[in-house]
Amino acid sequence: MSPGVLRVAQPFLNIGRFTILMSSAFMSLRELKTYRQNTLIQMVRIGIESIPIVALAAAFSGAVTTVQTAYQLVSPLIPPKIIGAVVVPSLTMELAAVVTGFILSGRVGARIAAELGTMRVTEQIDALEAMGLNSIGYLIVPRVLAGILMVPVLYVAACVIGVFGGLAAAELTGVVSSAEFILGAREHFDTFGPYFGLIKSFVFGFLITAVSCHIGYFTEGGADGVGRSTTRAAVMSCVLILVADLILAVLLL
Amino acid sequence: MIRVENVYKSFAGRPVLQDVSLKIREGSTQAIIGRSGSGKSVLMKHIIGLLRPDRGRILVNHTDISKISYNELRKIRRQFGVLFQGGALFDSMDSFENVAFPLRTFTAKTDQEIRQEVQTCLDLVQLSNVGSKSTSALSGGMRKRIALARAIALRPHYIIYDEPTSGLDPETSNTINELIKNLSHHLEITSIVVTHDMHSVLQIADHVAFIHDTRMHWTGTTEELHQSTDTVLRSFVKANEYVIEAHHSPNSP
Repeated sequence: MSPGVLRVAQPFLNIGRFTILMSSAFMSLRELKTYRQNTLIQMVRIGIESIPIVALAAAFSGAVTTVQTAYQLVSPLIPPKIIGAVVVPSLTMELAAVVTGFILSGRVGARIAAELGTMRVTEQIDALEAMGLNSIGYLIVPRVLAGILMVPVLYVAACVIGVFGGLAAAELTGVVSSAEFILGAREHFDTFGPYFGLIKSFVFGFLITAVSCHIGYFTEGGADGVGRSTTRAAVMSCVLILVADLILAVLLL
Repeated sequence: MIRVENVYKSFAGRPVLQDVSLKIREGSTQAIIGRSGSGKSVLMKHIIGLLRPDRGRILVNHTDISKISYNELRKIRRQFGVLFQGGALFDSMDSFENVAFPLRTFTAKTDQEIRQEVQTCLDLVQLSNVGSKSTSALSGGMRKRIALARAIALRPHYIIYDEPTSGLDPETSNTINELIKNLSHHLEITSIVVTHDMHSVLQIADHVAFIHDTRMHWTGTTEELHQSTDTVLRSFVKANEYVIEAHHSPNSP
């Protein structure tokens, strides 16, 4: 295959390789008992250890959204409680899931790609295979499962902390009282918002971990290759989150 | 017994092994020698099933491992221990856990039994007291010995050494060579040593296979190697003798 044709075919080759990798990972679920310990470790690394940074980002998102909503909407004709009615759905339907996804793309996606990439170039993956272990089952299944299970948990935490961030900003800046903020939020609360956000977070959890695992697992070259994989994993995860966000909005709203 | 029959392999249209055949006898130590890039490590990866040949067969105990399913291949791989060039130690674990890893994964032994087994392996490689050390704190020679302890933990039938002495000083190389010899003798393991270090070959091997320009150029016993008049082989051996002499010269740095 000539270099030009190869360059055009590369994205399709990558999609094919990704599909085969995920099918192999799916087939490895039968041996989940063997990878249980590793799955729990990954749930702590991907989920629990990400709570501080996700909480910080969610709190500031809630606060900034509150202040900006107040700036754009509040007038003598619009009651201040509308701020709560705008901020809470914004957080549950969009911000909490997307901000969490972006943070995890950098924190978790880059980490997964660097870990697996280093294992690939130092022959640790070959060593696992040579022992008779299914490296896809051992390395990829726990990470993807942990992503699918823990990103929704982080999303819920981000929603709660984001709302508190909004409340705190409302109180501190005096744009609206806490009572009015909560009143507005409750009056216009729609249960579809959190469901929609949860569905997004499941999809984002899968995309971030699966794409980063794919990029890391097939790393080529030495330290340079690991560096490239790490950057690609973070960038690809962010891009896919944006694309998936739009597709889900079109499909579900 | 392992038989490699007329194996052909190419990467991106470039042949890396052409019509390579080799018979590895039970209980013997087979060295595979050749210049860098001659195809030794590729052949090694075929023997363990990490690569599949484009043409030809690899028979392990009469089973063609290039034709069997992945799960059957994994069972066969458990008969092998592999010492990779850089050790391929898992850097997320300390030395003890690296050696314990195959025992925890593939046996139902208790913690106490695993502890004893790991200690026996560490004693065999003469590193009784480094179990708690992080793998990054180990020297090159120690890393190889820990990797060797991990490779023998499941008492494999075959053990493959990929460049066991590369990057080591002559004294440490001798220690590794002695270990390989002792392990082959004590554990009655069939050993395959992929190397370009003739000093190592003469110390440990019973049979030698010389790969030159992707083809099997010469096979024979170590004694026959001394008497061979093949010019390409003589040239390779002579170049190595020069290196050995330079190492041992009083003026060498």
